[in-house]
Amino acid sequence: MIALKGRIIWSGWAKGEALVSNQPISFYGGIDPMTGEIVERGHELEGKSIAGKILVFPYGKGSTVGSYIILRLKKRGIAPKAMVNIRCEPIIAVGAIIAEIPTIDRIDISRIRNGDLVEVDGELLRIYR
Amino acid sequence: MYLTKEEEEMLKGEYGYAAQKSMEILVALGKIYDAEKMIEIRSAQISGVSYKSLGDEGLEFIEKLAEDGKVRVPTTLNPCGIDLERWRELGFPEDFAEKQLKVIKAYLKLGIRQTLTCTPYLSGNRPRFGDHIAWSESSAIIYANSVLGARTNREGGPSALAAAIAGRTPLYGLHLDENRRPEIEVKIPKPLSGYEYAALGFLVGRLAGDKIPLFKGIKLISDEELKLLGAALACSGGIPLFHIEGITPEAKLNPKMSASEKYEVGLDEVREVYDELNDDDVEPDLIFIGCPHSSIRELIIFLELLNGRAVKKKTWIFTSRAAKNLGEKLGIIEKLERLGVKVICDTCPIVAPIKDLGIRSIATNSAKGAWFSRNLNGLKVRFMSIEGLVELAVK
Repeated sequence: MIALKGRIIWSGWAKGEALVSNQPISFYGGIDPMTGEIVERGHELEGKSIAGKILVFPYGKGSTVGSYIILRLKKRGIAPKAMVNIRCEPIIAVGAIIAEIPTIDRIDISRIRNGDLVEVDGELLRIYR
Repeated sequence: MYLTKEEEEMLKGEYGYAAQKSMEILVALGKIYDAEKMIEIRSAQISGVSYKSLGDEGLEFIEKLAEDGKVRVPTTLNPCGIDLERWRELGFPEDFAEKQLKVIKAYLKLGIRQTLTCTPYLSGNRPRFGDHIAWSESSAIIYANSVLGARTNREGGPSALAAAIAGRTPLYGLHLDENRRPEIEVKIPKPLSGYEYAALGFLVGRLAGDKIPLFKGIKLISDEELKLLGAALACSGGIPLFHIEGITPEAKLNPKMSASEKYEVGLDEVREVYDELNDDDVEPDLIFIGCPHSSIRELIIFLELLNGRAVKKKTWIFTSRAAKNLGEKLGIIEKLERLGVKVICDTCPIVAPIKDLGIRSIATNSAKGAWFSRNLNGLKVRFMSIEGLVELAVK
């Protein structure tokens, strides 16, 4: 088990499978709010669903409407269980807070592999392998 | 981050759910940007009003805030998805309008004014030089920062709403002197006019990215041109602030203002913008001005250019309720409508469910309007001068 310490954006606990993107993610236009599928053309995770995953990505990009998309995903039950960033910016931070999704940043995401079992616990990220 | 006793109490929930949620958002933003404390704001402008972008989930969120929340500062609303008085006549879908009215009801319950315009500065929310404010809507942000010299970061709908409810925002970014300096000088080859400023803004936004530009070589520019320039800069570049030597207030205060990076705009580059924002062979279903919302002056200009000729194509002017009311008193609206022009309020071609109205192509003098019509609404577009639009409309 590896434990990393980050910074809390929205505090909480979640455990699940990591879905790792090395590219930033745009929730507005980049993710289908009805299915949770990544639809941005050419994105490394295009076609994958973020629903129920621990979503690991460097930071958010695109329109600030993205915060409301995160909320819509949560209310539909297809949001990620938690989000882990290198540097959380306002779109993701505001989305995490209004949707109440455990989120931390200042994590070296290169330590996490796709499919790892990971746990977000307050400011801690545990990787089980 | 330092919080006052009152701010701590808000965060703990002693002022209720809405204040707590708002403070959570503001503290998180403050942490991300290393703000040392909060600063009180004088006004807020809220985007995220159209049901089209909010959906049921966004509506629910705002309704929940409205259960126990009230804004603490004068707060105005961005356009919504319908004209509140004419939506039936214009053919807006009934179910959409119903949801839209619910959104507005929730905002009103929060104590927000029903301005429904992207030009709050022409509708009674006009900040003064140096005022700290929390605004969303990129074209209004850039106008407030640049033309009025007020101070706001580029807020999104939820963070502006949070600031309005808490009456404060974290002190960082454009609230601080050191972050308002120009980062790139842009020299203009010759005097421009009207929609050429929209093209210039679109071009410079793209090349400057998020750097603050200082324009040189502009001697005369109207409020309406400043509005088009700013909207285009914010659209293509995400720029929240620009300066114009000798014209905008911060540049006037500091005549020696300069930046080390310099750029000279070529006229051929401006022309490329026209090419880029004009799809081939488009007979527009709709001709419009008013992105951002038309001022009373633009309503008058449009009427004068028509010169008594009736329009033969669907022609809409988007404006604020405030400007339309003034236009009615002056007899302008009646004259425009008699010539077949519809003057529409409370909404705009970007946030209205435009495709449901059977519109597949548009022509406009706004670079922002053209870009969003194409990229968000999937329409074919033409971008031209207001004179060109009038001639196209009467042909």
